[in-house]
Amino acid sequence: FFFFYSSFSSRRTIMLSSISRLACSKSVPKARSFGTTVAPSNGIGFDLSDDQKGFQELARNFARNQVIPAAPEWDKTGEYPKALLQEAHKLGLMNTHVPKEYGGLELGILDNIIIVEEMAYACSGFSTAMGGNDLGQMPVILAGNDEQKKKYLGRCIDEPLHVSYCVTEPSCGSDVAAIKTSAVKKGDKWILNGQKMWITNGGHANWYFVLARTNPTAKAGSAMTGFIVEREWPGVVVGRKEWNMGQRASDTRGITFEDVEVPDANRLGPEGFGFKLAMGAFDRTRPPVAAGAVGLAQRAHDEALKYAMTRKTMGTEIINHQMVGAMLADMAIGIEASRMLTYRSGYEMDVGRKNTIYASMAKAMAADVANKAASDAVQIFGGNGFNSEYPVEKLMRDAKIFQIYEGTAQIQRMIIARELAGIAKERL
Amino acid sequence: MKAFVGCKRVIDYAVKPRINPEKTGVVTQNVKMSINPFDEIAVEEALKLKEKGIVKEIVAVMVGPSAGSLQLTNGPLAMGADRGILVEIPEEDANPLLVAKVFQKLIAKENPELVLLGKQAIDNDANQTGQILAGLMQWPQGTCASKVEMAEKQVTVTREIDSGLRTVTMDLPAIVTCDLRLNTPRFATLQNIMKARKKTIEKTTPKDLGVDFAPKLKVLQLDEPSVRKAGIKVATVEDLVGHLKKTGTI
Repeated sequence: FFFFYSSFSSRRTIMLSSISRLACSKSVPKARSFGTTVAPSNGIGFDLSDDQKGFQELARNFARNQVIPAAPEWDKTGEYPKALLQEAHKLGLMNTHVPKEYGGLELGILDNIIIVEEMAYACSGFSTAMGGNDLGQMPVILAGNDEQKKKYLGRCIDEPLHVSYCVTEPSCGSDVAAIKTSAVKKGDKWILNGQKMWITNGGHANWYFVLARTNPTAKAGSAMTGFIVEREWPGVVVGRKEWNMGQRASDTRGITFEDVEVPDANRLGPEGFGFKLAMGAFDRTRPPVAAGAVGLAQRAHDEALKYAMTRKTMGTEIINHQMVGAMLADMAIGIEASRMLTYRSGYEMDVGRKNTIYASMAKAMAADVANKAASDAVQIFGGNGFNSEYPVEKLMRDAKIFQIYEGTAQIQRMIIARELAGIAKERL
Repeated sequence: MKAFVGCKRVIDYAVKPRINPEKTGVVTQNVKMSINPFDEIAVEEALKLKEKGIVKEIVAVMVGPSAGSLQLTNGPLAMGADRGILVEIPEEDANPLLVAKVFQKLIAKENPELVLLGKQAIDNDANQTGQILAGLMQWPQGTCASKVEMAEKQVTVTREIDSGLRTVTMDLPAIVTCDLRLNTPRFATLQNIMKARKKTIEKTTPKDLGVDFAPKLKVLQLDEPSVRKAGIKVATVEDLVGHLKKTGTI
């Protein structure tokens, strides 16, 4: 039983899909410095590199000093945190995946994970607004040609612009194969029609990655194509800002495309490549989303712990009541484990291996941990926890979406089971 | 003009220090260390002067353990200082007189015209190094600066003192120690944190500089402040006055 689970990473030689082959060949394994001055004798290191310590410190200072004080107001009004997003952009905290040749820092997934956790600790709505950029840019990074990358990635580095990833529709989220948005070729243009829903940054994006059906009869894997669509083109109709349970600082909207003319130069990769492209981006964007859930869980834990150290009932601080202690202990166990799994999922991609199963495991676990941690944090605060003057009820409302977006909790488990079946075929 | 900025590695301001079991010092193992916040303000002031074209080169100087190169790199160098000097000593809390003597030797080597320091370190709250250094160098000093203005070969410092603000104008070279309201230190950007790793930190020791760093003071005992005793509640003003008279307060 042990050797079956010993290493999922040898799956890569057989399960490499065309998209990850494309991605791996394009990206030189990023040999980030994972260790510090301590040279581990047994191969694994858990220390951040000096650079990563610097990133973490910067992100943490910015998040805790600037974002935390502003977050409650964004939650009440739903206002888009433009000023602080611009500040984050100036500090280099955004768009970290953009390759160096287009002006970006080309940091690894693990580097990004460290930053995202710190931002989500302060406000996961804010970190989602930042992360929406990464998701929208990823298909361009993976499959864009040089002109597309220069034009659309370059401008994101030059200015604090926003980007959205438009795949979900009102009638299909998990069932991407059934999307209805269509693009019909007309000369050297594509005519785009359809409706997308729950698009993060939708109201503020400068451009969108849009997945559309270009072949009405083919199977899902070859029926769709990805496009870069600019917000200001005629026919792009941006819906109203949706009022959600949580992460209210993040802007989610419906976007309608009415006969939008998309030049063929904005097609990403060959016709029919879109589905694989859209899915391939997830291997790189799921780990940071998991990191967001870890950050939220950590915040829930820290707030509950602080409270438990000072609140007294029945003659003592409530941390000394075993059931309160047990809740905090379970929170800490979940946070540490989901953080390690998240780091692993980023690390696997950074060293050039297929990380799909780890990315799904990390996202599945971190989202569940975050929801339980936030709910338990409210419980530890008791009546105060239910009240909006205390910080934990926002965490509980913010946490729920982690089990839904970027692949639902159920979809993650389906992906993991499929990967396991593949491993079983290879080894058992 | 070349400027020195003194950067001390201290226990992070957010950490609650604990006294070690031997009662001779504070626990620093596995404790988060940072650049002294007043020193960050000094770095920021130097950067502002560089942006104005007045200062050409900023040298961040640390007297501390070799692990301090991490704080130097991710802090002052990432913020924009040009290079660093790390004078390695075994312990964090070095005596201000000895630190000033080290600075004196470095100044003789490098000839900066302006030396910026934080007004005090948040671990020992000594508020001495800048003043002692000015005495050793026989240079003018403007301490507790809340405003610094440079003119041709002169610096005008607005000092925060107990009775208000005092302005002093000094000929260069001079020592300035920086207070809280002087500026708000910038965040180092991610790009600059990565670039900082390429900047040089020259490492040396007090011995190499000809300074005897053997401590002249010995800490006999360190205790936490005694726990505040509970007060008592009294029913009337007369009782209150009676108690105050009994304790000799009035």
